[in-house]
Formats: sequence, structure tokens, C-alpha cells
Amino acid sequence: MNPAQSLRALLLFPGLLYALPMGWLMLGAERKLRARFQGRIGPPITQPFWDLIKLLAKSPVARVVSDRGLLAGLPLLAVASMLGALALLPVFAGENGFSGDLVLLVGLLELPPLCLILAGYASRSIYGELGATREAIVSIASNVPFLAALVAMATAAGSLHLSAIAVATPWPVRIPALAAILLCLPVKLRINPVSLANAEQEVLAGPLTEFDGRLLAFWELAHVLEWVALTGFVATILAPLRSSLGMVDAVVFAMLSLALVPLLTLLAAATARLKLAQATRLLWRWAGAAAAIALILSMGIRQGGH
Amino acid sequence: MNTPERGLLYKLVERARRRSAWLFHLNAGSCNGCDIELVTCLSPRYDVEQLGVRLEGSPRHADVLCVSGPITRNTRAALETVYAQLAEPKVVVAIGSCPASCNVFDGSPVIEGPLDTIVPVDIYVPGCPPRPHSIIEGIGRAIELLAEGRTVAGGVR
Repeated sequence: MNPAQSLRALLLFPGLLYALPMGWLMLGAERKLRARFQGRIGPPITQPFWDLIKLLAKSPVARVVSDRGLLAGLPLLAVASMLGALALLPVFAGENGFSGDLVLLVGLLELPPLCLILAGYASRSIYGELGATREAIVSIASNVPFLAALVAMATAAGSLHLSAIAVATPWPVRIPALAAILLCLPVKLRINPVSLANAEQEVLAGPLTEFDGRLLAFWELAHVLEWVALTGFVATILAPLRSSLGMVDAVVFAMLSLALVPLLTLLAAATARLKLAQATRLLWRWAGAAAAIALILSMGIRQGGH
Repeated sequence: MNTPERGLLYKLVERARRRSAWLFHLNAGSCNGCDIELVTCLSPRYDVEQLGVRLEGSPRHADVLCVSGPITRNTRAALETVYAQLAEPKVVVAIGSCPASCNVFDGSPVIEGPLDTIVPVDIYVPGCPPRPHSIIEGIGRAIELLAEGRTVAGGVR
């Protein structure tokens, strides 16, 4: 991956220029569809865009906080890490990426939840701390199966290179691994039934209770990019076929990511919020089982191959 | 009214404020009647989310402060804190007769209302309780004031 390619991936596709409108479309579709599922008309599909502009134009209230720099830096770090994760997605065949980029991608995908937890504690609000604690507990419960599924895929493909994993993982491993990753997706996007961390009204606004104006806008931006990056990541490992035409790959990638939005929305609209114990049990049991199957099968394939 | 010529960015922000008003609801000693009617506005029958309105958990995220109840002695400090936590520009909507006039509680030693003696109020929605239609109209007018910058807190009477 040369510098020009990296810059293109970061700023154009699948980076900023693609991810921003796509993320607004995804969040707008999510709100609209959820309203339709509940028998309402719902907000216009452009709603997330207007929300962001409005938040950027608010003048923040001065408040005495422990660390102003930390509170301002965390949302920026979350946005930056999500852009980095987007740039690493193996959308095209061949040369993009580098060996070991799986490890970097996992690290970058994990940064925003970590930032959110830190922000919750750093804001010195009781609701922020409560939300951050919940976020920490569910992220541990979701990350073990998530990482195990990725390890299984990497083992079966015999590589830590994302494009190789996306293309070469055999289906017996890919299917249970995908099941585990899909079960972890609502946790990572903080939607129902695992919307414990930002449980609206229940713990006010969770870790973001004390954020306003521009900083809140950056958190919203990070969340928008999170949608694109996580659904995009699933889309890249869902379809192992890569054509020689970049355009076709890009369109298939965008369509597959978009197709996940109605499914996630249906799940969110059809379920109520789980309790902490129920959510962790669900993840450890079902996502854990799927990841364990993937891991065992990948070991078997590895042994058989030698 | 002649308004000065505004730039593109200003128009964009005004449009965003018109389409994305987030609500914070404060119960200042209300009997819960107005609270039920306010939450009804979000239900499928009235669906105020069509206006981009969202009920927010934190006052720091909100643009519109909806107050119900006659402001009891115990809730006055909370009201003042919450009002100060809303970021500018903000509007205040008094839901029901209680915040407007203290209603039947007028003269009680534990009532500190009406609301406009404590914080500036932009819109009054009368009724005991008001119907969801009236509340939506009140919120709609509040959004107009918010977008045009004609709020009482901003110095306009």
C-alpha cells in the first residue's frame, strides 16, 4: 500500500467522501425504518445531517471540568480511528492492505468504545460513569467472541492479511464466524436489544450526558462512521468474490453494507432493552458458541491442510 | 420586518435549527397529567418526530426546554440548573396552566411559580392538561422562534 493509495482510501473511498454521506443515509434510513416499523411516519431521511449541523452551531456552556483537553480529544480520536478502520477495509482485490492489517483494524475498531468509556468517567457525571461501566461490561462480553471469530478466520485462511482472509476463508469456518460477528454488531452499534450504555431516559444519555454542542457533534460523527465501518467490515467478509473491476466491487460493497441496515433496524424495533446480565449471557452463550465452533473448525482445517 | 442579507452558512444553520429541535422535559411539581400528554406526542398517532423532534435524556443536548408543573420549592433549584445547562440558542415552553399561572395551587406557601418569574418563557401552552395537538403547535412555534433567533432569552420580547 503506497502513500497515494492510503491517502485515497482514507479521504475518498471507502474513507471520508464515501463514508459521510453513506453514514447519514444509513442513520437516516435507520430512524425512518424504525418509525415505519412502529407505525409512525418518522423524520425525513436527511435528519442526521441536520442534527449534525445544528449541534455544530450551538454555543457550548462553560463548565468546570477536570480535564478539558481530554474531553475534547476523545471524540476526535474516535472519529480519526474510525476513518483509519474504514481505509483498511479490503474492498478491492489484490494489492491494498499489508500483512498484519487485521490486528490494526481490530485495534482501530475498538478505540471508539474505549474513548466512550473514558469520556463517561472523565465527564465526572454519575450518569456518565454508569453508562461507561455498562459499556465496558458489554464490550468485554462482545469482544471475546468477536476476536475469537476473527482469529478463527485468520487461522483458516492462514494469513493476517485482510484481503487474503476475506477471499480465502473456507465457508465452514466463515459461516459460524459471521454469525458470531453479526451477534456482536448490535452491541458495537449500541442499538436495541443491547442499548444499555446509552439507554435513553434510563441513564439520561449515558457516557455522553455532559457533552454539548461541537463535542457532541463529533461523537455523533464518530457514531455515523462506526455504522459505515462495522457494516462495511461485515460486507467485505460476507462476499468472498472480488472482480477485476474496482467499480463493481465498490458498488457491491456499498449495497451489502446498506442491506444490513434494515435487518439491524428490524431487530432494534422488535426487541426491548435487555438487562446487563441478560445481554452478557446472550453474548457469552450464543456468540461465544458460534465463535468456538468457528475456532474448532479452523483448527481442523489447518491440521488437515498440513 | 426588514431582515439584513444573510450568508449561505447562516441559512444552512437556520434550516438545521428548524428541522432538528431536541426536547428536554422537566417536571417541576406537575401532577403528571401534562407529562402524559407530552409523551403522547411521540406516539404513532401524533408522531412529532416528523418535525425532527427528539426527546433527549440530557439537558445539555437539548434546544427546547418543556416545563410542566407550578414550580414547587423543591424543584426550583433543579429548574435553574437545568435551564443554565441548555446551550444557546434555547427556547422555553410552558406546558399546561400550572407553569403559566400556578393554576389551583396559586397562593400555596410551597409554590414558587409562575415559571416566568424564574426563567424567561417563550411559549405558553394553556390547558389542564393541554391536548397533544396544542402541545405540538406550541413546540412548532417554539422551533420557529429558535430558528429565527427571536427567543426571550436572546433579548426579544
